[in-house]
Amino acid sequence: MNDVLGRLFSFDGTGELFALPFVQNALIASAILGLVAGVLAPLVVGRGMGFAVHGTSELAFTGAAAALLLGISVSVGAVVGAVIAGLVFGALGLRQRERDSVIGVVLAFGLGLGVLLLGLYEGRASNKFGLLTGSIVSVDASNLWVLGGVAVIVLGTLAVIYRPLLFASTDPDVATARGVPVRLLSPLFAVLVSLMTALAVPIVGAILVLSVTIIPGAAAARVTSSPLKATLLAVAIAEVSLLGGTVLSLAPGLSISGYVATIAFLAYLACRVIGRSRLRRP
Amino acid sequence: MTSPAREAPLRRVPAARAAGAKTTMAPVSTSAPVSLRDARIRFGERVLWDGLDLDVHPGEFVAVLGPNGSGKTTLLRVLLGLQPLDSGTVFVDGSPARRGSGRIGYIPQQRGMPEDLPLRASDLVGLGLDGHRFGLAAGLGLAGRRERRARVAAALESVGATSYASAPVGRLSGGEQQRLRVAQALVGDPAVLLCDEPLLSLDLAHQRTVTDLVDARRRAADTAVVFVTHEINPVLPLVDRVLYLVDGRFRIGTPDEVMTSETLSELYRTDIEVLRTRGRLVVVGAEHSHDHHDEARV
Repeated sequence: MNDVLGRLFSFDGTGELFALPFVQNALIASAILGLVAGVLAPLVVGRGMGFAVHGTSELAFTGAAAALLLGISVSVGAVVGAVIAGLVFGALGLRQRERDSVIGVVLAFGLGLGVLLLGLYEGRASNKFGLLTGSIVSVDASNLWVLGGVAVIVLGTLAVIYRPLLFASTDPDVATARGVPVRLLSPLFAVLVSLMTALAVPIVGAILVLSVTIIPGAAAARVTSSPLKATLLAVAIAEVSLLGGTVLSLAPGLSISGYVATIAFLAYLACRVIGRSRLRRP
Repeated sequence: MTSPAREAPLRRVPAARAAGAKTTMAPVSTSAPVSLRDARIRFGERVLWDGLDLDVHPGEFVAVLGPNGSGKTTLLRVLLGLQPLDSGTVFVDGSPARRGSGRIGYIPQQRGMPEDLPLRASDLVGLGLDGHRFGLAAGLGLAGRRERRARVAAALESVGATSYASAPVGRLSGGEQQRLRVAQALVGDPAVLLCDEPLLSLDLAHQRTVTDLVDARRRAADTAVVFVTHEINPVLPLVDRVLYLVDGRFRIGTPDEVMTSETLSELYRTDIEVLRTRGRLVVVGAEHSHDHHDEARV
């Protein structure tokens, strides 16, 4: 038991590891992802898109697996897969029941196809496993540029559409009456979420994308209703989870996704406890 | 029927349209906040209404009544610029109706909002001011932001919602939410207020609150009110004119003119009796048409 704990929480040589370029790259990648995920998370939660994000991440995985097999960039594959999923899900609009069933169908097919593609791949096994559970140390300098570029696109677009998007997400009837192109914003936002998901898949893995895309937003919503404060808090939680997870995973040499998901989950629990007193109306 | 104001807003009518409009009318006034001329809406074979002429004057309260599917909500969509007319013209505050007009305030029916919706009362009202605008929030500048905050605060104050300005909207009662809806619609200082069944699912006291707020606004700021409702009694003391739509037929006039057994029987083409008791109107015989929710029948 102690062995396991010792392995899970080991900091032997963590200090020296910080000096290594690949570790620095990993931390930068985590920071970028944390920013994008934290900014998007409250909107994802507000629009009830958790399941859509999960479906998108599975499609990103399929795309990445196909890229691996074809020998092209995994990031590109993940982006293509995720954006296709985002466009499909975005076109479904906000009708919950129909949307859920279509996402379920596409998700299952995408995951199955991805597993099949991985089976055909004959390269290193860690590459395969990394897509499902994430392997941040594989992020190299060129990935960082892709990551940074996508982050700039996502945040830049969001800055322009933020208010109408918030309006359309929280108050669709009046937003429509006021001339907000509600039906246009839905697929556009889905594409932004897809891009973020595609960034997240190589880092935290397809299975645990929700830990950085949903948990920060859900946690923040427990303690504040201010859109601005919720966003800042979600960014903080996403950053702490991702950077903390990365640091903790270094010395043990384990995949970061477990650490990230655990930290985020603890943050969520804390927010729930804090928010309980708030739930009772004064 | 009395459709007293027959003046067309000729001044700003594009030449092509003016030529098509009835040119015999005298260009008396162009100030009607809402002006429909010879308006027609048709869905496939079904004509919702045709030849609709309606001017709503500053400060006037027009109630729009009729069974489901008679085109009440469609009328609002036309005024909001979301639904083009098949023929005729529609002007709002002197310009052709268009999407996203800042001159219109809109109050929807009360609908429950999720408890964890990340939005405070003041945010909801603020969205009524600039929620439709694309662009960077920071572009407002410090002075702009201060002015925005002041306007939102004033709107909250005017509906008595200051005490719950920072409360999450999802945790407010239906009555409180509907007060916020009024503030949200008025914060942009509209010339026209469109109300789509805003009293539905409210208890009597809250219905009264909402109608009083709307009434106070139109008296204070001369805002024209178009009020779609199933039930005329809660607004009867406020109503200047009624637009009653049934199966493609319609009547416009004061409540005393329209809400009579004779007129409604003609509209519904069946025997309708209108009883007046203690300042309330009871329409007997039209209940079926009022209550059923089968849009396709009409």
